Amino acid sequence: MAEPRSVDESFLALPLSALTEAALTRAVDLGCEHADIRVERIRTQTLRLRDARVEAAADGEDLGLAVRVVHEGTWGFAAGVVLTAAEAVRLAEEAVVVAQVSAAVNTDRVELAPEPVYPDAEWVSAYEIDPFAVPEAEKTGLMVELSERLLAADGVEHVQSDVMAVKEQKWYADTAGTRTRQQRVRIHPTFTALTVDRSTGAFESMRTLAPPAGRGWEYLTGSTWNWGAELAEIPELLREKTKAPSVEPGRYDLVVDPSNLFLTIHESIGHATELDRALGYEAAYAGTSFATVDKLGSLQYGSPLMNVTGDRTAEHGLSTVGYDDEGVAGQQWDIVKDGVLVGYQIDRNMARLQGMGRSNGCAFADSAAHVPVQRMANVSLQPDPDGPSTEELIAGVDRGVYVVGDKSWSIDMQRYNFQFTGQRFYKIEGGKLAGQLKDVAYQATTTDFWGSMSRVGGPETYVLGGAFNCGKAQPGQVAPVSHGCPSALFENTTILNTVQEGGQ
Amino acid sequence: MTAQQIVEAALAASTVDGQVVYVVDSSEANLRWASNSLTTNGAMRSRQVVVISFVDGGAGMAAGTVARTGTPDVAELVAASEQAARDAGPAEDAMPLIGDVPAGSGEWDAEPATTSIEVFREFAPALGQAFGAAGARDELLFGFAEHQMATTYVGTSTGLRLRHDQPTGRVELNGKSRDFARSVWAGVGTRDFSDVSIEALAAEVEQKLAWSQRRVDLPAGRYETLLPPSTVSDLLIYAYWTMEARDADEGRNVYAKTGGGNRIGERICALPLTLRSDPDEPGLECSPFQVVGGSSGMASVFDNGMATPAIDWISGGVLTNLIRPRAWALQQTAPATAALDNLVLEDPTSTVTTEEMIASTERGLLLTTLWYIREVDPQSLLLTGLTRDGVFLIEDGEVTGAVNNFRFNESPVSLLGRATQASRTERTLPREWNDFFTRAAMPMLRVPDFNMSSVSPAS
Repeated sequence: MAEPRSVDESFLALPLSALTEAALTRAVDLGCEHADIRVERIRTQTLRLRDARVEAAADGEDLGLAVRVVHEGTWGFAAGVVLTAAEAVRLAEEAVVVAQVSAAVNTDRVELAPEPVYPDAEWVSAYEIDPFAVPEAEKTGLMVELSERLLAADGVEHVQSDVMAVKEQKWYADTAGTRTRQQRVRIHPTFTALTVDRSTGAFESMRTLAPPAGRGWEYLTGSTWNWGAELAEIPELLREKTKAPSVEPGRYDLVVDPSNLFLTIHESIGHATELDRALGYEAAYAGTSFATVDKLGSLQYGSPLMNVTGDRTAEHGLSTVGYDDEGVAGQQWDIVKDGVLVGYQIDRNMARLQGMGRSNGCAFADSAAHVPVQRMANVSLQPDPDGPSTEELIAGVDRGVYVVGDKSWSIDMQRYNFQFTGQRFYKIEGGKLAGQLKDVAYQATTTDFWGSMSRVGGPETYVLGGAFNCGKAQPGQVAPVSHGCPSALFENTTILNTVQEGGQ
Repeated sequence: MTAQQIVEAALAASTVDGQVVYVVDSSEANLRWASNSLTTNGAMRSRQVVVISFVDGGAGMAAGTVARTGTPDVAELVAASEQAARDAGPAEDAMPLIGDVPAGSGEWDAEPATTSIEVFREFAPALGQAFGAAGARDELLFGFAEHQMATTYVGTSTGLRLRHDQPTGRVELNGKSRDFARSVWAGVGTRDFSDVSIEALAAEVEQKLAWSQRRVDLPAGRYETLLPPSTVSDLLIYAYWTMEARDADEGRNVYAKTGGGNRIGERICALPLTLRSDPDEPGLECSPFQVVGGSSGMASVFDNGMATPAIDWISGGVLTNLIRPRAWALQQTAPATAALDNLVLEDPTSTVTTEEMIASTERGLLLTTLWYIREVDPQSLLLTGLTRDGVFLIEDGEVTGAVNNFRFNESPVSLLGRATQASRTERTLPREWNDFFTRAAMPMLRVPDFNMSSVSPAS
């Protein structure tokens, strides 16, 4: 077990207390019912290789502060990048002006659900090696080495590789007295092999499956993920894909690997159970949800085998925090229980408006320049404690498709109609894999799909997957989220042939 | 320190073979609303400082990029950038840095342009009135208004000092019946909000909601479809983002030619359509020079400051150019080109209006916007996505009702080849991509056989 980490001294050395005192005092003087200040430093590093040569190496840091107020029942938000008491005062004043201008269009008085006060809280995510402490030459060298290995394989003509690492540091303070300081690290490496047949114009790709994780550089160098083994398998998987027959469209039973199912969960459950969507806050942009508040406790979301939790506590989860951006402690709760909708992801204002008691801590802003909005927790499908292995799931299917890896994804405005592709698809005949298929996509409607889930894999099949940059809100924001899930069996699902869909 | 001072300080601190430094001073104000009431708002100021250092380590020139916000330690920033370049190794896109001054390089010494919440001083009360009117009809309004101003200062070790002010504004208005069963949209881009009429947008929403009173359910299938300018922009922006010459030359995008090479010179449109970009396009003005923080197949840090003049990507229906940084251009003996931040599609022979295209439709679908557009098959550039906020049935030249939404699977390149009619071009706001790409002008297109792959019950 790694030694417990602390928030970097260089962040704590910023004038956090002085900024807080200046901003919150001024906000109270101006008559605000609530005010909070957030100071954020987001360090992002991207290393991208094309055919084992560095294409881009970029290191960015976003450091700023934000003041958010409730003034006469209306939100006001202002953000800047000058970390001085004078600027903090100015931002408090500007936030009040924003509230005053906006009051002309505000009819819902803003009130926040109560939350305990955390006067001196610190939280750091679970990582071993700070990626920003590893010499760049060492990181580049490793990525080049792994990429060259893949590029050298027969049948691999191009390799795209990249790794993105983020260190996020936040200070939050509010007029209730909460003071939190947090630091978390996340990383997402990917390697993609491509092959091109110039005579036919066809090309195919195969990408690694390793999910993004709330880990440090140890993710690439340690034992958590066997990169060597995965990279060694990719060339043969790619060759098999190029020779695979094109799928016959129709209805099949699907065994969906966690490496694909996480994204289906993200789109059809994670987003659909964000309360702001159900209430219409995202109606003009990211959309609403079919899972409306009047259906809470009664909507049969899926089969009785379906148990989905939301949490901000899972170790190495991309959405895991100690406290959210409204000073709410991280929690765990049920979203779907025995197939029935039982919970949402909420923030303090919505909790108050809807009479839902306490917020479950789902407010997040991706930088100091943006206002906190309701964002997704780690939303995970629970395994069946006595459930089967993936091989056993496959063995139970007479005619089906086994789906591995994520690729294309799309879902409608209310989270009903979705379409997904994957990295590779296998035909299942008589309970056995019978080679790859290509040109495959699956389409379904959310409740039909989850209603058709007839078996859920056991704990041995469970993987914590996730998305590194989920987009939502206006101005646009990105948030990292994780989704744990087992393999699962879905009956009678529509499979399309993507070449035929294109009219070819 | 002013932005100009930061640029000069960074250049003075350089100890390596070359440097590009740029500073973006930006400000923004926004309002967001749902169910006839405010949800979020904000006023933001930011400064981003980016230093790109170029180091010849003996095996070739290398580049490293470091970016910071606020008022960074310039010396530390430069040193970090130089170390990043040393660690990166030789760059495949290495070229001599740009030394020629591009047209429209701006007044270097001027202060950055700004915006603030005051841009909404008149807009907000007008929006409040629209809420009242909608409420009286038992309808709800949702949407977003944003104004940004970004001033970019670019300095290079070859002596360039360039500046560009970029205003960007947008308003989206979504109207729904109280039960959310009917949903429609109107949107507009703007440079300064002086040309935004919330009354006009609200009237458009009201009209479309009225059209939606009658509901017609149609099954999945191929339909004659009128794609309004907003939908065309969303499809073609994705096609534009895919126009990488190197990928095409290597055989791995839709612009690759079977047997080798790319499709430049090939007719890809049935109509005499031209797809172009122009930094001076009225109302869609954008930077006349390149600003690149990180290299990719589409852009190179070595091309910072390169002029980005008007260019045809498709001319008269023929693929004419792909996006090609200088290094790849040199290798391929082809012209260097660069992506711009606007896009125009036009049929120069067209005189028909969108209203006239509707009037001349015997039976077909009229879309409003598209959503959740994602790539399915890069070889054909097959995209999937949804229709959104208004699919209307046209019968005998009139809108007769609203249709359910659909999921589509279509390639924008294929659509260009199948479109049978284009209206006059007009400025439009993309729906799916306006977070990243706002400046577009497009015609309405008629497609005889648009593939509505499945029905979406969403509204």
